[in-house]
Amino acid sequence: TQAALLAAAAAVFSDWTTSRKRLLSDTHSEVYDVIISGGGMVGSAMACSLGMEPNLKGKKILLLEAGNKKVMDKVSDTYSTRVSSISPGSATLLSVGAWDHITGMRCKPYQKMQVWDACSDALITFDKENLQDEMAYIVENDIIVAALTKQLDSLSDNVQVKYRSKVVKYTWPMSYQAADSIPWVQVTLDSGETLQAKLLIGADGPNSMVRREAGIPTVKWNYDQSAVVAVLHLSEPTENIVAWQRFLPTGPIAMLPLSDTESSLVWSTSHGHAEELLQLDEESFVDAINSAFWSNDNQSEFIERAGSLFRGALSVLMPSAGSTRQLPPSVAGIGPKSRVMFPLGMGHASEYIRHRVALIGDAAHRVHPLAGQGANLGFGDVACLTQVLSQAAFNGKDLGAMQHLLEYETERQRHNLPMMAAIDLMKRLYSTNAAPVVLLRTLGLQATNMLPPLKEQIIAFASK
Amino acid sequence: MSSRLPSSPTCFPSSVLGTGLIEQGCLAHSASHTTLDPSEVKRFQSLASKWWDEQGEFGALHAMNDLRVPFIRDNLLNVHRGHQPGKPLAGLKILDVGCGGGLLTEPLGRLGADVLGIDPVADSIGTARLHLSHDSVLGARVRYRACTLEELSAEGEEGEEEEGVGQFDAVVASEVVEHLADLETFAFCCSHVLKPGGSLFITTINKTNLSYALGIVAAEQLLRIVPRGTHDWEKFISPVELERLLESNGFSVQSIRGMLYNPVSGKWSWTDSTAINYALHAVKLIEEPQPDRAQADNPDPEYRAHAASTHN
Repeated sequence: TQAALLAAAAAVFSDWTTSRKRLLSDTHSEVYDVIISGGGMVGSAMACSLGMEPNLKGKKILLLEAGNKKVMDKVSDTYSTRVSSISPGSATLLSVGAWDHITGMRCKPYQKMQVWDACSDALITFDKENLQDEMAYIVENDIIVAALTKQLDSLSDNVQVKYRSKVVKYTWPMSYQAADSIPWVQVTLDSGETLQAKLLIGADGPNSMVRREAGIPTVKWNYDQSAVVAVLHLSEPTENIVAWQRFLPTGPIAMLPLSDTESSLVWSTSHGHAEELLQLDEESFVDAINSAFWSNDNQSEFIERAGSLFRGALSVLMPSAGSTRQLPPSVAGIGPKSRVMFPLGMGHASEYIRHRVALIGDAAHRVHPLAGQGANLGFGDVACLTQVLSQAAFNGKDLGAMQHLLEYETERQRHNLPMMAAIDLMKRLYSTNAAPVVLLRTLGLQATNMLPPLKEQIIAFASK
Repeated sequence: MSSRLPSSPTCFPSSVLGTGLIEQGCLAHSASHTTLDPSEVKRFQSLASKWWDEQGEFGALHAMNDLRVPFIRDNLLNVHRGHQPGKPLAGLKILDVGCGGGLLTEPLGRLGADVLGIDPVADSIGTARLHLSHDSVLGARVRYRACTLEELSAEGEEGEEEEGVGQFDAVVASEVVEHLADLETFAFCCSHVLKPGGSLFITTINKTNLSYALGIVAAEQLLRIVPRGTHDWEKFISPVELERLLESNGFSVQSIRGMLYNPVSGKWSWTDSTAINYALHAVKLIEEPQPDRAQADNPDPEYRAHAASTHN
C-alpha cells in the first residue's frame, strides 16, 4: 500500500492544473463523516444507532451494501433457516425503533436453556428465576435485517444508504496532513464513483475487505466442522420456551424454539458428516436428529458411576440445587428446502482500529455458534462505538481520530476476548470422548449446575 | 517532481490589511493551492507535521483539548441556553487568540460556532488554513487571519458599523497570556471585541516555585514535553493577579480551575490546585447607564450577562 500511496501522490504532483481542478471538485464532492461498509445485521444496526444519536445530528452518514434492499412487506409463512439468539442487551440496543418492528413481525422469546453431554449424565440448565423473564430471543436473520432497513427509511435525513454498491478499492490517508494528499479515506465503488470518509467502519463480515486492505493481522483457524441448519416441524405442539443443546463427540446439536410447532436446528459436525446429513432423505434426517438428542450410546459405565457419585456428594452440600434431565421435543419433519450447511471457524483481528478505520461484528471477531453469541458480540460493538463517537462529537473531535477509537478497541477486546476464549475452549473440551476429558467436563458441568451464583454470572455476561 | 505554480505574493499581506472579502478569496485560493508559493507550502507542510502530529511536539496541547473544549462548551451552554443537538455552539461567534495551527479552533468550529482564529505568526496561520482546506463543511465556519489582537481590536471588525461595539460572544486565549508583555492592553482589547456579557476563556500557567520546577525545569529541560525556551517564568501570572487585572478592566471572573498534566499517560485532568496550570472563565460586565457604584459591585453580573445575551 505504501508504494501505491507514493504513486498516487506522484500522479497528483505531476499534473498540477488537472490536480487543482480535482482538489476543487474533491472539496465539493461528497465527504461523509462516517461511511459504513457492509449492510448486514451489524452494519445496518450501526447505521441506525448513529442516525438516532442526538450528538451526531447533522453529520453525514452513509451505509454501503453490495446486495439489494431487503424489504419485507409481509412476513412469509415459512420460517427462514438462519436465526440468531438475541440477548436482552442486544434487544435494548435495537430498541431504538427496530425492535418494535421485529416484535411486530416475528420473534420467539425463550426462558430456559438446557445443555447436556452425550457422553455422560451431566447437564446444566439456565433459567431466569421462575421462568418469568426472557433469557433471550430467537429471531430470523432476515427479519432483523428487514426491521433495520425499515428503521433506516425513517432516518433518511441523517443516514443515506446505497444498495448494489460494491467496493473495489480503499485508499488510506497518511496519519497527518501532507500538503496535497486528501486526508480522508477514499472508497472506490464498482460504478467508478469515489467517496470520501472521515471515518470508515468495516462491517463486512468474516472475510472483511476493509480488514484485509488495512493490513490488520488476523488470528484465525478453521474448525474442521460445518454447521447444518434447518427448520424443524415438531411432532406435537408444545410450550416451546426452552433452548436445547447437546454436546455429541462430533459436535454440538442445538434446537432453538421458533414457535409452538417449529424449531430451528443448528448441528455442528464434521464436514463429511454434514454433507451426509444433507444428502439423507427427510425421514432419515429426522431420525438422525431425534437419535442425536435421545440416544445414550456414547455413555460409559465408568463415567456414569463417577458422575452419580459426584452428584451424590454435591447434593449433600447443596440439597436443593441440581436439576433433572428433560428431553427435547421430538421432530416429525423439516421445512421445505430448508437444509443448508456452512463451514465454521474462529477469527480475531489483532487490532480493531486504525487511523480513520474501525471494525465491528464478524469483521473483527468470528466465533463458533455453540454459544449463540456471534450476533450479540457484534451488537455490543455497535453500542460501544456509538457511545464513543457520540462523546467525541460532543467534544468537537475529528471522528476518525485514534484517541477515542482506541477506547472502543480496548473496551470491546476486554469483553470479546474472554468470551471467544471460553467458546473455543468449550468447543475443544467437548470435541472428544476420551475418558479423562469427559470426566473432567462432567464433573465441571455438574458442579457449575449446582452453583446458582456462578450460573447467574454466566447468564449476566452472555446477556450484555 | 513538483510543477511550477503561478504565485501571487499579495495573498498573505492582503489578508492582514485587507477586508474580509480578499481574505475569503485567499482562503479559497489556498484551498486550491493556485496562488501559494511552493516554498511556502513546503514550510507550512513541515510545520503542519509538527502542529498536527498528536504524538509530536505539540502533543500536550492536543491532549489539553480534553479539558479546554468541554470547559468552554459547558460554560457557554450555561449562558446561552437552548442548543441544537449536534451543534451545541451554533450561532455563537468566537475569537481564538493565538490560535497557532488551529488545534483549538477546529473543535470549536465542529461544535457549530463561527470561529475566527488569529495569530501573529503567518506560518502558523498558513498551517491552520492548510489543515482546514479539505474540510469544506468546517471551512464555512472557521476562518484564520495573521494579525495581533491589538490590530483586530483597532480595526473594528469587518462589517461592524459602530466603533467600540464588540461582536464576539466569546474570546478564547489558551496558553497565550504567558507569552505577552502587556497584559493591560490585552485585557482592554478583549473587552473591546467582546459583546457585553460575552465570555473570556484563558488557560495559562501560575507563577510559583512549583510552576518553575515542573513547568520550566521538568517540562522544558528534562522531559522535553515543551520545546526549550517556550516559556519565561517572569511572564507567568497568578490567578489572583489575573483576576485583579481582569476585574479592573470590566470583567467578572466566574470560575478558576486547576489543571494537571500527567507526562506518563500524556493526559490532562482537573485538579483542586492552581499551582501550575489553570483555566479561567470571566464575563464582560454590561455597562451601566448610571455610574452607580453599588450596582457595579454586587454579584449580579452573571444574571445581567445572561439577561443581556438572551436579548442579543
